[in-house]
Amino acid sequence: MTPVFYILAILTLAGGLAAVTLKNTVHCALALTVAFAGLALFFLQLDAQFAGFAQILIYIGAVAILVVFAILLTRSSEAEASGGILSRHWLAGLIIAAAVFAVLGWAILRGAQALPQESAVPAVTVHQIGTALMGRYVLPLEIVALLLTSALIGAVIVAMHEKESAK
Amino acid sequence: MIERLDQIFILLRDWLVHFLPANWQAVVATVLNVVAIIAVFPTLFALVTVMERKGLGRMQNRFGPNRVGPYGLFQPVADGIKALTKEDVVPFRADTIVHFVAPLVLVVAVFMGFSVLPMGRNMVLADMDAGLLFFFAMGASTELSVFMAGWSSRNKYSLLGAMRAVAQMISYEVPLLMSGLAVVMISGSLTLSKIVEAQNRYTFGLPHWYVFTPWGFAGLVLFSIAAMAETNRSPFDLPEGESELVAGYFTEYSGFKFALFFLGEYVGMFSIAGMGATLFLGGWSAPLAILNWVPSWIWFFGKLMIAMCLFIWIRGTMPRLRQDQLMNFAWKFVIPMTLVNLFVAALWRFVGPGWARWVVCWAILIAFYVLMGQTILRRRGLGPRSYRYAE
Repeated sequence: MTPVFYILAILTLAGGLAAVTLKNTVHCALALTVAFAGLALFFLQLDAQFAGFAQILIYIGAVAILVVFAILLTRSSEAEASGGILSRHWLAGLIIAAAVFAVLGWAILRGAQALPQESAVPAVTVHQIGTALMGRYVLPLEIVALLLTSALIGAVIVAMHEKESAK
Repeated sequence: MIERLDQIFILLRDWLVHFLPANWQAVVATVLNVVAIIAVFPTLFALVTVMERKGLGRMQNRFGPNRVGPYGLFQPVADGIKALTKEDVVPFRADTIVHFVAPLVLVVAVFMGFSVLPMGRNMVLADMDAGLLFFFAMGASTELSVFMAGWSSRNKYSLLGAMRAVAQMISYEVPLLMSGLAVVMISGSLTLSKIVEAQNRYTFGLPHWYVFTPWGFAGLVLFSIAAMAETNRSPFDLPEGESELVAGYFTEYSGFKFALFFLGEYVGMFSIAGMGATLFLGGWSAPLAILNWVPSWIWFFGKLMIAMCLFIWIRGTMPRLRQDQLMNFAWKFVIPMTLVNLFVAALWRFVGPGWARWVVCWAILIAFYVLMGQTILRRRGLGPRSYRYAE
């Protein structure tokens, strides 16, 4: 656990915490972007270049913008959160979050035993990712493409219907 | 001798660094590289602002600035002094932190893009395996700063400008990436220095630049259109529509922060022009094999300057596109054209060398272009131009 890991961990956790505790919704979205950036830096620290840059390109470049547009187009950016930031059912939320964390932690710790200790980091080049995607994982790739196409068509249809219903 | 001139900056850096102990050398070498980039590109920015104002002026049948120095060359100095000494006005209800951070994010993201551009033989700051992806990731981060600037000003016009700018930038990011994708397909690598190496070959003295192939030519045209839209440059500059929104998303910025936005926009233009030169125009390789004695960095910066002249030329010539025209153009024409370009690039590769692939690829591209144009024009119901004069 190098110092860089701790710095990045603090950055990501701070971003995540700020994203749920800030009052202004747009500030929350920007803090979420900081958390995404922290994750991308984690990927880069683990030498997964493609994953890191794709994280920046997709999450910060597209998902964060989507979140921000959604906030702007609804009313939640003008009315600040009233009644505090904690909801009334905070105990149930806490229990559920702890349960999910326990499951994730158990899964990771069980999986970590199966990994070889201190092995040399395999240098995964983009070429290998490409051949894997086109060779072994071509069926998931095509299914994801189909999913994205259907999402795109769905978005166009939803937008079109709104135009018709406005007449 | 020619080799030394070509590598002169590398040799200079190595000479400066060899005075230091061995374990400091790598770090200081990287710092010197970064300092060189930070020194060169703002200087070019100053030069290009003068070039643009004089160029636009001549195109509009007037002189540009000509008071400050010989032929107005010291105008950027005057602009810099003005920007630095102007009072920094922040609106009372503006969101101070986000308002402050927005130009910083823009400038940082834009300068990061230069780290993967090969500016000469062996002159890449960080030769990353997925260099192209890094460049476009940094470009995507600039959109967020535009939104932050517009929103934090608490000004309806700024917000409007920011929303338009972000919508435009995300629409044109798709053709930007996909026109570069054809190059990646053919050269087989995301590493920019390998893409330049693949174009650095000559047959009968003519280079193998990708722009001389059908898909490369279409790709360069589409890439320039998308690049102009990405940097909010005329004719796509409705977000900073000077006659409508005052200055769009940077209305509420004055003084040094405005200068930072201006710098960020122009340096972004440099980096995208550099990427276009790397992908399609062969980066630092010379146009003819006999011209290889000219240093490689002169070719790279020459191509960059020619691209700048093209940007300025188009700014002075074409009228501004309206927001819906802009979006229609992106989604209904440019994106199908880039998809066809990808298909043509694949066809180019699989038909194999010979004259057949030239004919087939050009035929498909021209047919699709004409077809798309006719379809869009017919749907719009435009006829031949008719003039009405005042009586």
